[in-house]
Amino acid sequence: MAAIEILDLEKSYLVGFWRKRLKLALRPLRLTIEEGEVFGFLGPNGAGKTTTLKLLMGLVFPTAGTARLLGRAMGDPAVKSQIGFLPEQPYFYDHLSARELLNYYGQLSGMPAKGRSARVEQMLERVGLSASAGLQLRKFSKGMLQRVGLAQAILHDPKLVFLDEPMSGLDPMGRREVRDLIQQLRSEGKTVFFSTHILSDAEALCDRVGVIHQGELRAVGAVAELISETQGKIEIIFYAQKVPAGLTSLGAEAGVSGDMVNAVLPEEQQDAALEVLRRERLKLISLTPVRRSLEEYYIQKLRPPEGQNKDEQNHEGQNQDGRNEDIRKEKAVDRKGVGA
Amino acid sequence: MNPGPTNARIGYIAFNTFREAVRDRVLYNLIAFALLLSGAAIIVGEISIDIERLVVVNLGLTAVSLFGVVIAIFIGIGLVSKEIDKRTLYTVLSRPVRRWEFVLGKFLGLTGTLVVNTFFMAIGVFLALLYVADKFEKMDLWVLVALYFIVLQFLIVCALALFFSSFSTPLMSAVFTFALFVIGSLAEDMRGFARTTHGVAGWLATAIAYLVPNFSALNVISQVAHGDPVPGRLILYNTVYALLYSAMAISGAVLIFQRRNLK
Repeated sequence: MAAIEILDLEKSYLVGFWRKRLKLALRPLRLTIEEGEVFGFLGPNGAGKTTTLKLLMGLVFPTAGTARLLGRAMGDPAVKSQIGFLPEQPYFYDHLSARELLNYYGQLSGMPAKGRSARVEQMLERVGLSASAGLQLRKFSKGMLQRVGLAQAILHDPKLVFLDEPMSGLDPMGRREVRDLIQQLRSEGKTVFFSTHILSDAEALCDRVGVIHQGELRAVGAVAELISETQGKIEIIFYAQKVPAGLTSLGAEAGVSGDMVNAVLPEEQQDAALEVLRRERLKLISLTPVRRSLEEYYIQKLRPPEGQNKDEQNHEGQNQDGRNEDIRKEKAVDRKGVGA
Repeated sequence: MNPGPTNARIGYIAFNTFREAVRDRVLYNLIAFALLLSGAAIIVGEISIDIERLVVVNLGLTAVSLFGVVIAIFIGIGLVSKEIDKRTLYTVLSRPVRRWEFVLGKFLGLTGTLVVNTFFMAIGVFLALLYVADKFEKMDLWVLVALYFIVLQFLIVCALALFFSSFSTPLMSAVFTFALFVIGSLAEDMRGFARTTHGVAGWLATAIAYLVPNFSALNVISQVAHGDPVPGRLILYNTVYALLYSAMAISGAVLIFQRRNLK
């Protein structure tokens, strides 16, 4: 069963005081995430990641579309008791201690009184806050609040966990712990949907990622596939003091490091390059296809589509009127479709 | 996991609201109240003849009402808006908590705080009465009724503050609520004025006089200070009126909050 089915979820806001304009926060989004999957939602700030999460949590209402979580309509209280959510830069009731807050959230989630306290202590231990569990949250640092946030998100043993920028505000040690936590959730069979703009985290943790930009889902795919796609180039490393002239004439970009040469050249020149090495009696160390990193993939997806020049991009960013016209047209078509 | 019963969730939210008010030192107002009342009782005991009881009841109950109204307005306007601004609401509404449950829980938490606050102030009033009169009399029972009416006033003020804050800024909500409290305290005069006015002005005055909460009917301070009894019918009418008016304001707040996008 799909854990998350997002069915053309769309959100636009009216902005402006006198002249109301429609601002599109999320273009129709269609996405399915299977149970047990760790999914990374990537995108720069303001791309629409938090809007998507808020829509799924019922904090804002969609302009169009819907979503199903664990096979039920989003917003169904029965589903919400099986969901954990960590908002971006969370803020909690600062008059409460971490222990009281977790107990309160446990009550709201419908956790039975029996065993709740033990579970709260277990969670505090898990996020490393046992020593400060009795301290009021107003005395907590940003990193400690983030840990409380993680504890409250998994307190009631949810099947589906949404984390909005879970690494934000954490030191390297804290980030490592969050990574371990997500790995642990995966091993427990939980579904994790997390947004981030830290690509190394996504690369290390996710089964699949989606790239969102300017409210539009630009790509979705398995991390392994995305980063294993070759770029039609090979990398050759061999022992030599200088770059052989024959290799440069094949179009290689080469550099010398100590007694090794590293050369990148088009895939179709592979045989010719090996012939040059043989001729020069140079010892080959390795020959590998060039793989792109998730970062390269991400940056490629954020680039404007071909044919769309920079001016158009700027225009799109600054003036939504044209796009609003498109939205109105699309909606009119949708309405006709429904009517038919 | 079973999301649990609705009334339990409302109870948890109400208790958390009460706990927040107590920890934010809202009940510290009791110290100011105690100082005011004990000072007044001592002065009145020194200078007046036979009107000590009248002065203590008038002053005590008016102070109970004003202290409570100020708390009801200033906490009431922030009950929901503060949770939206600070985003504490995100982790509550992502749980199996319906928006109306949240609003009702917050309302009950604040009214609970005010009831506890009023209880302690009532003890202060009776102690001051005992100080100036040496003993309690049967007519002092009517002071309890006046205190009950004051609690009914708080119910309406809290509900109005919550209603205005569901669509307006905290400052404007405070202004609207306080304005309605003042106008509502003159509701009986407005009704009298409406009866003597004709035409469109008369129609308008009648509409306003009956739309604003009738706080003047809930104010029997002067009556009980003179030792006059309060009719049982008025107690019943006032109870029904306050509950209905609060329910309407809370329903309005819920209707608006149900549709609100949280920024």
